[in-house]
Amino acid sequence: MSFKVVHYINQFFAQIGGEEMAHVAPELRDGFVGPGMALNAAWKGEAVIVKTVVCGDSYFAEHEAEAKAQILEWVKAEKPDLFIAGPAFNAGRYGYACATICSAVQTELGITVLTGMYEENPGADLKDKVLMVATTNSAAGMRKAAPTMAALAMKLMKGEKLGASCEDGYMPNGIRRNFFEKEVGAKRAVDMLVRKLSDQPFTTEYPMPSFDRVPPNPAIKDLSKATIALCTSGGIVPKGNPDHIESSSASHYGEYDITGVDDLTAETYETAHGGYDPVYANADADRVLPVDVLRDMEREGKIGKLHNLYYATVGNGTSVANAKRFAEEYAQKLLQAGVHAVIMTST
Amino acid sequence: MVKEIERAGIPVVHMCTVTPISMTVGANRIVPTIAIPHPLGNPELTHEEEKAIRRKLVERALEALTTEVEDQTIFEV
Repeated sequence: MSFKVVHYINQFFAQIGGEEMAHVAPELRDGFVGPGMALNAAWKGEAVIVKTVVCGDSYFAEHEAEAKAQILEWVKAEKPDLFIAGPAFNAGRYGYACATICSAVQTELGITVLTGMYEENPGADLKDKVLMVATTNSAAGMRKAAPTMAALAMKLMKGEKLGASCEDGYMPNGIRRNFFEKEVGAKRAVDMLVRKLSDQPFTTEYPMPSFDRVPPNPAIKDLSKATIALCTSGGIVPKGNPDHIESSSASHYGEYDITGVDDLTAETYETAHGGYDPVYANADADRVLPVDVLRDMEREGKIGKLHNLYYATVGNGTSVANAKRFAEEYAQKLLQAGVHAVIMTST
Repeated sequence: MVKEIERAGIPVVHMCTVTPISMTVGANRIVPTIAIPHPLGNPELTHEEEKAIRRKLVERALEALTTEVEDQTIFEV
């Protein structure tokens, strides 16, 4: 008795056609089609693709509800041990369809699912919900992707324990799995460093979060008419920290009025930041938030105005999500106040 | 935070000591500063000397704000 598998592919991999045929409605075929052949062969009879669902990428995107309902009905009737989709590589709509239909089959029918795509495919947004094999960005990677998907699929069908993402080739899904490395940490670190120094590729064991980019705004034309605002992640607050901004992992920011303040002194301002030696900032907070020189420049007419409010938080272990939320909020206040440019200082 | 300010449409200059972090988080105009606990000061100098250095750094930051950039740029002082 072999395991039963239903495979989902798009019109292109079913050789119906490319973009011009992307409108085709879902269709159910017997046996394997296109890339299903490689999966089927890899399972050597232990599992068999009994049906293949073919659906146009545009059809799925534009008629998601109908496509889902139809496909779920077919899959339900078949009662497969596994539903597998793709791989979609970097095809955006295809990846989206694979991830979405897998998610639906998994939650609504309780059937184990697997898909595969390039990590930057928009469909990979669902990687925490649907198990996905990471593939290259083009179908040229099929030869590598098919065996990885087939092996992982077999594990799932047999109910074997999943290895770590780096062992079984799926995208990290937020679930930590412990395993023993062959080499000790020091050796791995030095190996990585040597590869890095000799310009060879290496794989980090602790990927940094990825940050998106925002294009720079046009420059200020005339400083002497510009309102400049100060902001800081260095935790400069009025003495006594009236808003109780946390010394680390700040949950909020402060808005402080510096109308009439020419100089920040040890008596009036301090830092709430717990991540650097506070002695220098507590003695003279201008060292972090340069109010004194901006006041001088305001008087000299070098800048139009120093904005009367400044925004401060503590950038010590504060999550990117929180920092983003703080600045999203106070940037709108700065805009409404007619501020032309911002100086952000960090410690 | 610099990125959210930039996203809102306000040009922003990031004054910080660890410029690689500033590059990583995506600041577009960056002015390197003196030290982590006193980016815009130097406690070893007299108050006047210190203020003069601070003034120089802030002037550089204002220069950055009046300079068109297309990509992330570090404005060395």
